[in-house]
Amino acid sequence: MSFHPNDIARRARMSTMALVFGFVLLVGAFFKTQVVQNRQYVMQSEENRLRPIPLPAPRGIIYDRHGEVIAENLPAYSVSITAPSVDSLRSALAQLAPTLQLTQNDINQAVRRYRRAPTRPTVILPDASIDIVSVLEEHRLDFPRLIIMSVPKRYYPDGPMVASFVGYTGEISEAELNDPRYANYKPGQQIGKGGLEKQYESILHGKEGVRFDEVDARGRPVRGQGPRPDLIPVGAPPLYTNIDMDLQKFTVGIFGDSLQGGAVAIDPSTGEVLALYSAPSWDPNKFTGGIPVDYYKQLLEDKRRPLVNKAIQGTYPPGSTWKLATSIMGLQTGVVGLKDHMPVSCSGGYQYGTRYFRCWDKKGHGSLDLEGAIKHSCDVYFYQLGLRIGLTKMLAGGISLSMRDRSGIDLPEENPPRWPYSKEYYDRKYGPRGWSNAEVLNLSIGQGANSQTVVNMAKLYSAFAAKGNAPRPEIAHLVPQRKQVFRLTAEQEAGILEGLKAVLEAGGTAGASAIQGLTLAGKTGTAQNTGGEDHGWFVGFAPADRPKIVVAVLLEFGLHGSRAAHIASDMIGHYLKVGPIKATMDEG
Amino acid sequence: MSRPIVLDVRLLTAAGLLSLFGVAMVYSAGQTDTPTAVAGVYKSQIMWLLIGMGFAYAVGQSSVRFIEWMTTPLYLLSVFLLMLTLVIGQGAGTAASTKSWLAIGGIRVGQPSEIAKVTVVLMLAKLLSNQRETPKSLLDLWRPALVVGIPWAIIMLQPDLGTGIVFIGIFFAMLYWAGVAWPLLILIASPAISLILSFSVGLWGAWFFILLALVLWYRPYLIEGIVLMVLNVATGVVAPMMWEKLAPYQQNRLKVFIDPSADPRASGYHVIQSKVAIGSGGFFGKGFTEGTQKRLAFLPEQHTDFIFSVVGEELGFLGVTIALALFLWLFLRITQVAERANDSFSSLVAFGLMSSWFVHVLVNVGMTLNLMPITGIPLPFFSYGGSFMLASWLAVGILMRISGEGRGSALSLRR
Repeated sequence: MSFHPNDIARRARMSTMALVFGFVLLVGAFFKTQVVQNRQYVMQSEENRLRPIPLPAPRGIIYDRHGEVIAENLPAYSVSITAPSVDSLRSALAQLAPTLQLTQNDINQAVRRYRRAPTRPTVILPDASIDIVSVLEEHRLDFPRLIIMSVPKRYYPDGPMVASFVGYTGEISEAELNDPRYANYKPGQQIGKGGLEKQYESILHGKEGVRFDEVDARGRPVRGQGPRPDLIPVGAPPLYTNIDMDLQKFTVGIFGDSLQGGAVAIDPSTGEVLALYSAPSWDPNKFTGGIPVDYYKQLLEDKRRPLVNKAIQGTYPPGSTWKLATSIMGLQTGVVGLKDHMPVSCSGGYQYGTRYFRCWDKKGHGSLDLEGAIKHSCDVYFYQLGLRIGLTKMLAGGISLSMRDRSGIDLPEENPPRWPYSKEYYDRKYGPRGWSNAEVLNLSIGQGANSQTVVNMAKLYSAFAAKGNAPRPEIAHLVPQRKQVFRLTAEQEAGILEGLKAVLEAGGTAGASAIQGLTLAGKTGTAQNTGGEDHGWFVGFAPADRPKIVVAVLLEFGLHGSRAAHIASDMIGHYLKVGPIKATMDEG
Repeated sequence: MSRPIVLDVRLLTAAGLLSLFGVAMVYSAGQTDTPTAVAGVYKSQIMWLLIGMGFAYAVGQSSVRFIEWMTTPLYLLSVFLLMLTLVIGQGAGTAASTKSWLAIGGIRVGQPSEIAKVTVVLMLAKLLSNQRETPKSLLDLWRPALVVGIPWAIIMLQPDLGTGIVFIGIFFAMLYWAGVAWPLLILIASPAISLILSFSVGLWGAWFFILLALVLWYRPYLIEGIVLMVLNVATGVVAPMMWEKLAPYQQNRLKVFIDPSADPRASGYHVIQSKVAIGSGGFFGKGFTEGTQKRLAFLPEQHTDFIFSVVGEELGFLGVTIALALFLWLFLRITQVAERANDSFSSLVAFGLMSSWFVHVLVNVGMTLNLMPITGIPLPFFSYGGSFMLASWLAVGILMRISGEGRGSALSLRR
């Protein structure tokens, strides 16, 4: 062994250098990690221990035109839990089940919620009763992962009265999460599911806040208030609507429990929707926070189909109310003059080719001009007018009146009307030789391949009341939009108007619905219903000379329009603060 | 027989400060928001420290010659105990799958490998100091290789990769201190280096040419040169096949060493959480016992393998630097002791003990920053563990005695 002092001293020097080098390297590595990259690691350690608890924001309050609340938020308690795995969630739920009175369905739903967003607290009870909350608070220490939070809950003070347009809210679904429209939404959040709530989701949805809880490595909360301040949830701004709750409630009252159908009231000058109702209705308050299975089943099985919105979804042949459209087309194309009489006078029917087309009144109306034909709703006159217009121009006229389009009301559920796009429609449907020109006779009196929603008919009459300018029906108070759909001379307009006024005068088809001190104008209609009793229509407006309100009413199985006319005139009278002439009212 | 001892104040101060620092950190490691069994272990750590100091005092009262006389029986005893672990060994902590613990009646009484680290140093020192010639060829090294190789092989069978690395470190450091030429050391190490580099064909190729040049320059015996080159080719080529033979957890640990994010929930989780703890400590740390990573149980094995991460998180870069400076101070002092030792045995023992600690510090501290693979190797004076504390203070006692008898010491001056 070479243990000469010089050799040892040299090795000691080398070792010292190696030692110092090794330690400098380590210190350097710590300097890099702790000083240079400090911020990044501080963030990671915060992420580790701070668990964000989402704080739902209140949705925007929905008001009617006079500031009455249509939709608001009430304080409710939600119970949720955090879990590191599905198994741990299941065992926690099994423990909680007796206390929370959880059903197997609740448990399965919670597991599904957890799978969708394992990092967010899983909601067990979206709307827990105060009894359950107080029991849970007592056992707080047994369930450290439980989060009991005060959350805003959607509430509609007038419930079923507003369901037809306000819709409801609910937990975002799987399909909605995949929709790019809801790209920023997270599982478990509440969103608008229908009506205004859905239509104006982007406005009504508040900005979710966050509370940071400090948790340990197993996700157990250690301290409530974490060191990071809460992000306060920001409530959404209110939504002001054009709805007149007074008129809405009045309308609901008229329909009562027995009548079924739809009604829409519009201010023709702006398109503002004053009331919109579909009877029978349903209770949106029962829908918030998960639709109860039995209630939903009951609604689905109801033969009156409460879930079909009869104001914007149900489409019905417009019947005689369509005669306004036929009149406009006739005058606009110039095939008829205001005072022209048709060659064949009405004797209760009209022979066209091999077929005999009946007038609704077997007694016949004799020879009429346009005004008289509207007043008496004479089918024979309009058959001949339809033939003069011709099928091609009739179809094109309907399209240019926008009657092949949705009204454009700001509700997501509106169904399109049915109206042929051209003669090709018949070729396709019946074959080139399978149909005849007689189709134009059906179309001219609002039958045939034509079915319209109540709101679309209200829009047509609004267009007439506003001299050809069809306003887009709007529930939310926005900038009105309108579109010129026809152009008539003042004289022509006055002529039709006289006819429509006469409908509500003695001898008119809705003469019983007149209101003292107010000139109404409108048209009744009967929608032939192959499956049962006919549906009754009335569309009209008042005051006739300076219209402030257009009302369209459809009564399912209402037989004839006179009853619908009663409802409409009551609504108009109520809105314009004029009482109807009760004395002359005559049901049926 | 017993001689009066003059205290090596520097050495004792460094070891004492490190131990106090260590006990404080073990105490802090137990301070978690959800209390665990770790909360009370600092008490037994203090007990082990006191027992260790007692041992150190006893060893200090003996002499280097007595220690040398005891070397062979102690070495044989520790080899015997190591062999026992293969039969009745148990695992614990991060090393749960290894059988490094000796248990009697189900109660773990100690880790023989910790004691073996000291006895192997003693045995190697005795062997090397008794050889007249400095080993000049690979063949001359068979005896030192055997002394280290037997316990090393047993430990690798446990299997305890970390302790195995320490033995290799001791082997090379002591050969170097004994005067073995560095090219020869590189030649010895070459097959292992080939093994490591075999994962990249280019790197291995480059290494092979460097080795070839070294062989031509150093000119070992022809047969040795050929055997070496063949060995290098064998390890370089066989390595990928060997990889398949590694236990999955070993493969994982090596993989995670290369890329910790590859397995963030298992092995990589430890390293990531350790780096987060250290990095978030910043310059001054989060305060003693206040580390959130540790308090909230994100940091694994915070009282044993990852205790230095607690230092980093709670005392920051400042605390880390002080701890490392204390270690460096101790090691430099021991190097001085080795340099001034009275005889080659004492000198080799001192350097061997120091190098053993150095490897521990380098690998353990490096592991907390992902500079080294996770091998489950403790940090001297810091990590909680009775056997290691005992062995460490035993070593301090031996070093104190060597220092006391060495040249330039108060004792030798008086003589």
